[in-house]
Amino acid sequence: MPTKKEKDDLTGQETTGHEWDGIEELNNPLPKWWLYVFYASIVWAVGYMLLFPAIPSLTGYTKGLLGWERRAIVEQDIRQARAAQATYLDGIRETDLSGIMGDPDLLNFSLRGGEAVFADNCAACHGQGGAGRPGGYPALVDDNWLWGGDLENIHHTIAYGVRNEHSDSRSSQMPAFGGMLDRDELRSVTEYVISLAREPEDAELAEAGREVYATQCAACHGDDGGGMTQLGAPTLNNDIWLYGGERGEISRQIANPRHGVMPPWEERLGEEMVKMLTVYVHALGGGE
Amino acid sequence: MSESSIRTEEARSRKQQKGDKLFAGRVKVHPMNVRGTFRRLKWAALGLLLAIYYLVPWIRWDRGPDAPNQAVLIDLPGRRAYFFFIEIWPQEVYYLTGLLILAAIGLFWITSLLGRVWCGYACPQTVWTDLFMLVERWIEGDHNARMKLDKQPTTGSKLAKRTAKHTVWIVIAAATGGAWVLYFKDAPTAVYEIFTLQASLALYGFAALFTAMTYLLAGWAREQVCVYMCPWPRFQAAMFDEDTMVVTYESWRGEPRGKPKKGKAHVSPREVPATPASESRPGLAAIDWEKANELYGEEKVDGLGDCIACNKCVAVCPTGIDIRDGVQLECIGCALCIDACNDVMDRLNRPRNLITYDTLRNQDLRAQGLPPKLRLVRPRTVFYTLLLAVVAGAMLWSLAFRATLDINVLHNRTPLYVTLSDGDIRNGYTVRILNKTREDRAFTLSVAGLEDMRLSVVGAEVSPDQTARLTARPDTTATYRVHVTAPRESLDGTVNSLTFNLNDDLGETAVHDTVFRGPE
Repeated sequence: MPTKKEKDDLTGQETTGHEWDGIEELNNPLPKWWLYVFYASIVWAVGYMLLFPAIPSLTGYTKGLLGWERRAIVEQDIRQARAAQATYLDGIRETDLSGIMGDPDLLNFSLRGGEAVFADNCAACHGQGGAGRPGGYPALVDDNWLWGGDLENIHHTIAYGVRNEHSDSRSSQMPAFGGMLDRDELRSVTEYVISLAREPEDAELAEAGREVYATQCAACHGDDGGGMTQLGAPTLNNDIWLYGGERGEISRQIANPRHGVMPPWEERLGEEMVKMLTVYVHALGGGE
Repeated sequence: MSESSIRTEEARSRKQQKGDKLFAGRVKVHPMNVRGTFRRLKWAALGLLLAIYYLVPWIRWDRGPDAPNQAVLIDLPGRRAYFFFIEIWPQEVYYLTGLLILAAIGLFWITSLLGRVWCGYACPQTVWTDLFMLVERWIEGDHNARMKLDKQPTTGSKLAKRTAKHTVWIVIAAATGGAWVLYFKDAPTAVYEIFTLQASLALYGFAALFTAMTYLLAGWAREQVCVYMCPWPRFQAAMFDEDTMVVTYESWRGEPRGKPKKGKAHVSPREVPATPASESRPGLAAIDWEKANELYGEEKVDGLGDCIACNKCVAVCPTGIDIRDGVQLECIGCALCIDACNDVMDRLNRPRNLITYDTLRNQDLRAQGLPPKLRLVRPRTVFYTLLLAVVAGAMLWSLAFRATLDINVLHNRTPLYVTLSDGDIRNGYTVRILNKTREDRAFTLSVAGLEDMRLSVVGAEVSPDQTARLTARPDTTATYRVHVTAPRESLDGTVNSLTFNLNDDLGETAVHDTVFRGPE
């Protein structure tokens, strides 16, 4: 600290006493407005710390005098949103699925709501817009259904899921034919399954597999490969494949089949949301 | 009239007060009251504009039972803008763009003709500043009284005057901010809600914001908005030419300025103007001196111009400039200095309009003693007029033939196409039908572009001829999910063009072109 107040000759302003190459630093006071805003901020900060959650401790944090809590606000927002949708949600609860399809208001609400719920809960496996994913996640936009594509069947599948612990869950199991058929039988039945969907490469080999198919596969997948939705047995006579349509992929699926699982959704999403999802999935294009 | 009451020598322009300093703080302007033609015009404009601002939200306009009956309303939650018989949807916001373009060209047009009349008379900053200055004059007195009050130490009466002024300012500001929100919500309802503390926080917030802005801009910032903040003064010179009417000082007859001399007669350069033959003195009163001396006798003529250097023009200026320095950025063209100067000229029996509303070309002509000539029709003004007519015409045309129906088709991209079990290809579309009328409407949707295609619509029947009947409620957008299926043989490559046609029973048609995608 300089003991003597030094003044700049030109402006008459007090200097800090610092000088570089003849340039002196003037000791201008802080702008008043800035200083007062700074003091006001300190006062504000004290009040804020008292009123709102502010100081963390090892086990929690100070709650503040106002009892403000973000979680409570979100819950209230959700309650308000639900209340605003009440007329539609009540309508959906009280109307059966075909009734919803026939009511333009409920239909539109279900399509919009279903789209949002689908994006949040279903799209991770079934893809955006129900486009499906390779490796056993079926597309929902086409007309090929594992467990049936009418409103009731779609609703049942969404509500209770596939191969899970729920007592109403869809359930079926395809045996692993790798241990039951020999190499030649496996090769020929694979070629036969291909021939159901498209032109086989080796017609003779496919013909040899007809017998094996009739005895081992037709019970579930149907004589013509039409599948059976009651058992979740996929259609084989079209070119839509759950686990891939290459010869190796089909053969692997016969020898040691993989099975997809899906959780039950009704408990988690509630009755109305599942109904909305059903209508949305049905309207993706493949609904029967 | 004694001379001392005319002189206001302490009135110095902001420029003079700042001097040559590299940085100088704000010099407070204390505009003096003035009477005259331009002041009356300015009061009239102020009254008219404030009346429009405050009364327009209260005009009612019947649009039927389900629509608001406010003539001018921007209904943000309802996504509609109403302007008397016009009703605008959000996607038609280009009408607003058109209006702004029209306003901009109109501004160029009037500026090229009459100078900165917008700045001087119609700009909200001018109108509200004028109103706030009126309040200030009522409470604190005129020019001299206010300067004195500023210098006084804080006393009870000073504090009372200041408090009264700011209170009235805030009340006016609150009325301004309060009226602003009436353009966005039904006015009677909004006023009732505001005063019964039932209005939404957003409404109070916006009213408070506009109150604060009015108070700050009209009460505190004033001419600083024009001089430092507004971009318009910076490029308005581009609209000017030598035939534009501007507020200007006739230096050819005002200079050399000076106090009238005792015992000497004053000869106005207006009365004994120079002739082209007579010697001209640049910047000084152009007088046919020979003739003047002949008339009054050589000894008697004071040799001064008409300006008596009373500085009244500076004292009344709301932006604190000296118009005698020439046309400058800070001049808002309000012409109050003309009123002030004319008053002085009348009292001294000198010709009026030493500070005048004239073109620069005419000033040159007058200085040379030639007859003035006003040229309103110039390439510039003709161009602006034509541009104005074209834009206004285009807007009127589009408004007159505005469609009451629109169709929007979004091709679903997840997935781009679906292969069905029989090998056919299906594409999904979201079709939005905009019914801009206030009635229920039914439409027939048909699709063209591919052979043997099949149409299906969620929630609507499709007839065997592949058309669907769709409905849309009044003043809403109806959304439909539409699927189009076509055999693979109909497709030509991955992208095929497809057209949606929507016909209403009265013959209005909307068409939307889109694509149908397929595998490679």
